[in-house]
Amino acid sequence: MLAYTIRRVAQSALVLLIVGLVAFSMFRFVGDPIENMLGQERTVEDIERLRDQLGLNQSFAVQYFKFLEGAVQGNFGVSYRQGRPVAEILMERAPATLELAAVSAVFAIILGIAFGVLTAIRRDGFVANFIMSASLIGVSLPTFLIGILLIYIFSVELGWLPSFGRGETVQIGNWSTGFLTTSGLQALILPSITLGLYQMTLIMRLVRSEMLEVLRQDYIRFARARGLKSRAINFRHALKNTMVPVITVIGLQLGAIIAFAIITETVFQWPGVGLLFINAIQFVDIPVMAAYLMLISVMFVAINLIVDMLYFLIDPRLRVDRAGGH
Amino acid sequence: MKPTSALTLAAVLMATAAPLSAETLRWARSGDALTLDPHAQNEGPTHTIRHQMYEPLIIRDVTGAFEPALATDWAPSADDPNVWVFNLREGATFHDGAAFTAEDVVFSFERAQQPNSDMKELIGSITEVRAVDDLTVEIVTDGPNPILPSNLTNLFIMDKDWTEANNTVSVQDFEGGEITFATTNVNGTGPYVLQSREPDVKTVMVRNENYWGIDQFPMDVTEIVYTPIQNPATRVAAMLSGEVDFLQDMPVQDLERVNAADGLVVKQAPQNRVIFFGMNQGADDVEADNVDGANPLADVRVRRAMSMAINRDAIRQIVMRGQSEPAGMIAPPFVNGWTAEMDAESTTDVEGAKALLAEAGYADGFSIRLDCPNDRYVNDEGICQAAVGMLGQIGVTVNLDAKPKAQHFPLISDGQTDFYMLGWGVPTYDSEYIFNFLVHGRESDIGTWNGTGYDNDDLDAMIASLSSNTDLEARNADIASIWRVVQDEQLYIPIHHQVLNWGMSESVGIEVDPEDQPKIKYFTMN
Repeated sequence: MLAYTIRRVAQSALVLLIVGLVAFSMFRFVGDPIENMLGQERTVEDIERLRDQLGLNQSFAVQYFKFLEGAVQGNFGVSYRQGRPVAEILMERAPATLELAAVSAVFAIILGIAFGVLTAIRRDGFVANFIMSASLIGVSLPTFLIGILLIYIFSVELGWLPSFGRGETVQIGNWSTGFLTTSGLQALILPSITLGLYQMTLIMRLVRSEMLEVLRQDYIRFARARGLKSRAINFRHALKNTMVPVITVIGLQLGAIIAFAIITETVFQWPGVGLLFINAIQFVDIPVMAAYLMLISVMFVAINLIVDMLYFLIDPRLRVDRAGGH
Repeated sequence: MKPTSALTLAAVLMATAAPLSAETLRWARSGDALTLDPHAQNEGPTHTIRHQMYEPLIIRDVTGAFEPALATDWAPSADDPNVWVFNLREGATFHDGAAFTAEDVVFSFERAQQPNSDMKELIGSITEVRAVDDLTVEIVTDGPNPILPSNLTNLFIMDKDWTEANNTVSVQDFEGGEITFATTNVNGTGPYVLQSREPDVKTVMVRNENYWGIDQFPMDVTEIVYTPIQNPATRVAAMLSGEVDFLQDMPVQDLERVNAADGLVVKQAPQNRVIFFGMNQGADDVEADNVDGANPLADVRVRRAMSMAINRDAIRQIVMRGQSEPAGMIAPPFVNGWTAEMDAESTTDVEGAKALLAEAGYADGFSIRLDCPNDRYVNDEGICQAAVGMLGQIGVTVNLDAKPKAQHFPLISDGQTDFYMLGWGVPTYDSEYIFNFLVHGRESDIGTWNGTGYDNDDLDAMIASLSSNTDLEARNADIASIWRVVQDEQLYIPIHHQVLNWGMSESVGIEVDPEDQPKIKYFTMN
């Protein structure tokens, strides 16, 4: 167990290093931050002085090493655009993204499972067919288009919901929450639907196919033969057995929701880390880009690491392999 | 009292209370101020936010003319041509109640001259600022400087005591990531007071009831809620759904929609920004073309032919949807030195252009790369695409390379482009500013944006003499003759002047400011 854990952790660390390396080698193609930072009256001396001060004259290996050195101490440097420590900005922006991701995930899970079960049980019903066809939209339309469509319908035409921002937020310690005000909750609706729609259809289709599989199994037939109510069969026996693969997928998709909130946040001017990242790219704000990419990769690596460890605990065959060999 | 009469009374009370009730202006544009420190960044949206809370000595009104702010009048000193005398406003106070005096002006200018200040280049000619008495300052320059006031319209005045008490005398070291008290707090003399601010999310300002000009300006807005909205479609949607009263950075394709919507209007005015192409004419051979051992751009006939190939009306109608004014010179119309005659000198003549090219020895044309930004000016990439087609008609094959501004502008600074797009605004409203950056030969501190390789020593000497020529008539004559050379040499290919569009709800009354710097104190609300 210990050897396995150490090996997996070492692999994860290597993955992080490589992600950072790739990210850093890309930054030079994004552009030069200097022109954005100085006004048009700048002189050649100003440019040189600033380039020196930011260490942009150094080779990319040196820059990368310096970044790693700071990062392990929790120091991600200073944003070129806002002139503030990156760690502070990320902390400030994280609640918005996490709340949006949480609501989207709940929306995707509840509706995804409900629709999945419904379409599996009533396979040929009108409603099920309608949901299945409509779900194609969720899979095939790009996120920004869905967002713009929702804004057009619910904000511009109907005037029911706000088109941008988080509404009023309440500050609890370091955490700013939109859950406690009406405008905050209203502001959450459109972005969470936009962000969660793809995941919802994914979960729905997965639940449906797993459920259809399970419903064909012998024990379901025996349960029917015993005269159990169909609700008990569908929910207690069939759904439970469907959930194992679904939960694995949900776990991995959660990471994706946070990582891919970028587009939704841009469309809805949602003040989270994704919008921060887009701004950073346009301004060539290297410290913010680097910190964001590292955080996202840490998150994915951590999720995968946990999943691996869980497999190890659940699946005895893995343990046998390591212990005895063949 | 019967219930009905109580209701009536309530209604009457509410009706009479209405004029006193708060008028909130919800204002959105694409970006946010970078910092609140008055001297740390020299950037448009940042200045715009500061203008609501801080004040310079002089501001520009919506027509671009000078208007007294913290100075009531100003004139060159009668005794010494190197000195300007400013008389200051009596009775102005900072938001914390402290009185505004000459001491604060001296302090603020010295602060703006610190190495970290982004404003120091604009006031580079100033050697000393001294307080004569409480309400008079003298500004000493290193030589006579007739246009000094034009450089002061974004130079904000801070309270000396407040700044010292809060340890924020040094300008924020922006690049070093320093957070000073002045980065997040404001104590100005301006018409609005900072109430709360979350960078990139929301900034709220409320009316300064002790403002010196509260009776002089409309000041109808009692609260300003400023929100950056980056995505153009979302920005317009927020306006259409009534969540925003006043919108800057309108996408041109949505102007008609907003104008057609109930209760919304779009107002426009020519902007202080001209768009043009630069050509590397100084090099013996250029890399981006297919001609070996010679530089076609070095021949003025080639440059003229390229300019004649551009159909500016077609660009205006098709690419810009009518939102531009064709240009014949690279100065916006407000600038001292601009003339209607020179601005009409660009003509379209494809046959004539072909003949000129043939005369220059390029009857079969040549090919060249055009570098263009795609996220800086209004429809910048579209303009370049149109130019590619138009130049193709005279046999000049253009390969378009459009990039984000962060990659485009370093090409011009580093001299790595031979044919490029650039836009220019003139904050001083004087041609000298254009000559200093775009016409003067490139040196470390002058001609920094001149990517043409053009270097004319006689002209440079003439440009250098402008800054100290106090005889305004002679100075204007010099400006006109420099322009004549620029025009005859076809140093640049002017394309058009941008047009600025502001969207607003019908209740908002304001005219468009050519610098894109709305000053909310001028707004009326009804």
